[in-house]
Amino acid sequence: MLTWFQSLGRSGLSFFERLGRATIFLIEILAGLPSLFLHFRLLVKELYSVGVLSMAIIVISGLTVGMVLGLQMYNTLADFGTEESLGPVVALSLVRELGPVLTALLFAGRAGSALTAEIGLMKATDQLSGMEMMAVDPVKRVVLPRYIAGVISMPLLAALFSMVGILGSYFVGVGLLGVDDGAFWSQMQDKVDLTSDVLNGVVKSFVFGVVSAWIAVYEGYDAVPTTEGVSRATTRTVVHTAFAVLGLDFVLTALMFGDV
Amino acid sequence: MSTEKDDRDRGDALVRIRDVHFSRGSRSILEGVDIDIPRGKVTTIMGPSGCGKTTLLKLIGGQLHPHSGTVLVDGEDVNAVDLDGLYRLRKRMGMLFQSGALFTHLSVFENVAFPLREHTELPESMIRTLVLMKLQAVGLRGARDLMPAELSGGMGRRVALARAIALDPMMIMYDEPFTGQDPITVGVIMQLIRMLNDSLGLTSIIVSHDVQEVCAISDQLYMISDGKVVEQGSPQQMRESESEWVRQFMHATPDGPVPFHYPAEQYSVDMFEAEN
Repeated sequence: MLTWFQSLGRSGLSFFERLGRATIFLIEILAGLPSLFLHFRLLVKELYSVGVLSMAIIVISGLTVGMVLGLQMYNTLADFGTEESLGPVVALSLVRELGPVLTALLFAGRAGSALTAEIGLMKATDQLSGMEMMAVDPVKRVVLPRYIAGVISMPLLAALFSMVGILGSYFVGVGLLGVDDGAFWSQMQDKVDLTSDVLNGVVKSFVFGVVSAWIAVYEGYDAVPTTEGVSRATTRTVVHTAFAVLGLDFVLTALMFGDV
Repeated sequence: MSTEKDDRDRGDALVRIRDVHFSRGSRSILEGVDIDIPRGKVTTIMGPSGCGKTTLLKLIGGQLHPHSGTVLVDGEDVNAVDLDGLYRLRKRMGMLFQSGALFTHLSVFENVAFPLREHTELPESMIRTLVLMKLQAVGLRGARDLMPAELSGGMGRRVALARAIALDPMMIMYDEPFTGQDPITVGVIMQLIRMLNDSLGLTSIIVSHDVQEVCAISDQLYMISDGKVVEQGSPQQMRESESEWVRQFMHATPDGPVPFHYPAEQYSVDMFEAEN
């Protein structure tokens, strides 16, 4: 029993120690922000590899999620004779919840793991040490552009996900199942509020971007510089991001939409 | 208070390591190391794997900090300067990593141009000229458009060497430059180290355990064992050393002060217990 408590205590201490180190690392990254203007080209390059190259998976996932959502919601709404409400129901689900959350989870799998692996392998092959010895700060040169690219990309990708998702449900609902075209769009326009729904969704995806990009770059930079170490770090990025995003989603939802 | 002799010595030694102690966790790596690296010479630090040779290079480069003792590079205490000071100092050092540490996403040309682009405002035409000059010095001007993945191990190290001399440093540190290379490449790297040292007026520090190679190109050798310098001198002096430890290392004998057997219980006891 004592051993169990000891190991629990050790895990707790180790968690907070890592969290502390990760926080100091984040401060170091943010302290380098002014230098980003000197390396603007690097940011554009990372926006391409983190954001643009993630678009395919976001569009395909958004489309399928929207189509499934349209189908499922239609069946339920039709029972109550309110299938014209399909537009707002799907839009609210996507903009408030599914867009930001699923985008963050997909981001962790596609871009977050790639960021961790890239930075971890640079560390394992002495590229980061080499940079330090050339008097170039790897946090500013390697980590900062990738982190900021992640933070900028996430809300844009989430918006894309929601938009494509709505189109997917439109194709199914209006195109296949015969929901009225005008009712679909006008009810959506009427029920979805720019501030409380759309803006809150954007805030959510921005917070997810800040956290998931932070986890990805920290895990890469902190990886044990071996093949096994990098592979473990990559797995940790995906798992930790999933936990962090789902946990934060509840907190943010309670703050934004809960009446507590 | 420094004496006149100390000042004179400091003038001769580009790197001066004094009473440096360093440990990782509970394992002590260096226990009071004193080393002087003379200007303009090729100095080699030898010792078995894991004795702290690479750690020494990282201490000189300020990537690690000693628990006690001082590391002076060109008169500046590496551990006392601020980050800007350390970066100023590093711009005057070159380091050749064992792995080469080339940036895998950049071509050979861009790898060599990297320090020039980061630290100078030179026009593109000037950068091109300088990069081609550095690549010519290591014999790889024709490989400028290749990616690091397309290079052999030896070529990678030569490109890394060209990158290390891009900013015309005062010294270069080589971490195990001969390990895992074929004899031709070893010969090429040996020649390059000596030639660059003499023609560019560099100071070279090599960390290696390849006895024959370093004896052929070094002016001075230091031998480290158990965290201490056990012998120092010219290659000739090392070959004639009376120290059993140095003799075992220089002549590659399997048993001696460094035992063949890892510490274990007596063989007969171990076997007898296994039977029961």
